[in-house]
Amino acid sequence: MIKVEDVHKSFGSEEILKGISTTFEKGKTNLIIGQSGSGKTVMLKCLIGLFRPEEGRIYYEDKAIQDMDEEEQRELREQIGMLFQGGALFDSMTIEENVMFPLRMFTKQKKADMLARVNEVLKRVDLENVNKKFPAQISGGMQKRVSIARAIVNKPKFLFCDEPNSGLDPRTATLIDNLIQEITHENDITTVVVTHDMNSVMEIGENIVLLKKGKLAWQGDKEDIFKTDNKDVVNFVYSSDLFKKIRNVQLKEE
Amino acid sequence: MKYIQDIGSYFLMLKRVFGSFTKTSVLRHLIFKEINDLIIKSMGIVAFISFFVGGVVAIQTALNMTNPLIPKSLIGFATRQSVILEFSPTFISIIMAGKVGSFITSSIGSMRVTEQIDALEVMGINSLNYLVFPKIIALSFYPFVIAISMFLGVMGGWLAGVYGGFTTSADFIAGLQDSFEPFHLFYAFFKTFIFSFILATVPSWQGYYMKGGALEVGRASTNSFVWTSVLIILANYIVTQLLLS
Repeated sequence: MIKVEDVHKSFGSEEILKGISTTFEKGKTNLIIGQSGSGKTVMLKCLIGLFRPEEGRIYYEDKAIQDMDEEEQRELREQIGMLFQGGALFDSMTIEENVMFPLRMFTKQKKADMLARVNEVLKRVDLENVNKKFPAQISGGMQKRVSIARAIVNKPKFLFCDEPNSGLDPRTATLIDNLIQEITHENDITTVVVTHDMNSVMEIGENIVLLKKGKLAWQGDKEDIFKTDNKDVVNFVYSSDLFKKIRNVQLKEE
Repeated sequence: MKYIQDIGSYFLMLKRVFGSFTKTSVLRHLIFKEINDLIIKSMGIVAFISFFVGGVVAIQTALNMTNPLIPKSLIGFATRQSVILEFSPTFISIIMAGKVGSFITSSIGSMRVTEQIDALEVMGINSLNYLVFPKIIALSFYPFVIAISMFLGVMGGWLAGVYGGFTTSADFIAGLQDSFEPFHLFYAFFKTFIFSFILATVPSWQGYYMKGGALEVGRASTNSFVWTSVLIILANYIVTQLLLS
């Protein structure tokens, strides 16, 4: 579980996060949604420690990240898996080396054991026979799956995903969404996904946090999101023509 | 004000480079990779330029010696002094600022743009130690490149002088041995060592702290060449003033 208390973050005179408090639950896919510029990515970067909030506290289980010394923060980061928007695979390494990287850095396993684990996670993300290829030699969807494999290879307790569907066709996007949710349930980890994709919300939104102009506008699950009268949710969800049509059909049926 | 901030950020970067070390086995692998990329792969161009510039120095010295009273051994002497004192350490370093410096900036800059550096940080890895420290160690072998450059420069001068008909081999070698001061070699290698540190760290700083996309990577590479060259020339002046004057 990750608990966020009154987090503020500014860049220069511009305040991006204006006192956000929420909880991301264990064993669930927690989604941070919102329009571009709402502070989703800044929130994610605060959660993973790439940005330091000026005010507020972020608790990983019982301990605030702000109270951790350097060694504790390092240990925490070993328990974090991250899927970046563009994959962030290391260009100079093969797929196998990319996935093995966290094991090489943080464990003392023998190479054969590391290789067995790499093959296991690559199989889990439905990728086989790509071990010796370089990231540039595989498709965007495959790169995302390799990135997921790298994120989970060291059995993290927390998984963060930044726009996992960006640049993918709808079918591959759904596959990636489902994969993230399955991994979350299988390993009982806390997963936080930043997205503005309504399909992801409908597929995997077990705990949804809507941000608007740096503030928490609404929180609920994928069932609630279509029932609520919250103006910000309605504006966000029904900004898409497809969802407007679905809403109209629902209203007619009612 | 920005320059002061940049200088501060450069020294803070150096502090972080030497803090929180990456696992030794990983670091060893990275150092060998950097030696290959930065040192071995530069040997060809350094050898080519050194050999021919050495030859040109010898020919130009010979062509400017119109007074018959000046001994022909001066050709060897001038080639040695030019190559050892300035050409190999300083001008090869400026060429390396273009080749190695741009490579370092663009590779680190691309990693910044594609969030690979963020990925390292999220994993709890000191990205500056992981990326920059192996480059500093690899470039500490740079004086060996310069030693080879000195040898080939003098060799090029000898071949051009002797086979171009400007001097005899005996005169050239006599000139090479004339008034030789071993301290000059110390001076040349001492400044080469300083240049190697500049070559590793300034382009790394340019790449690591760049912001933006592909266009900015190109811009950072250009800035890297300009600033690395400027600092090499300034360091050259200061070291020369301190050690030779």
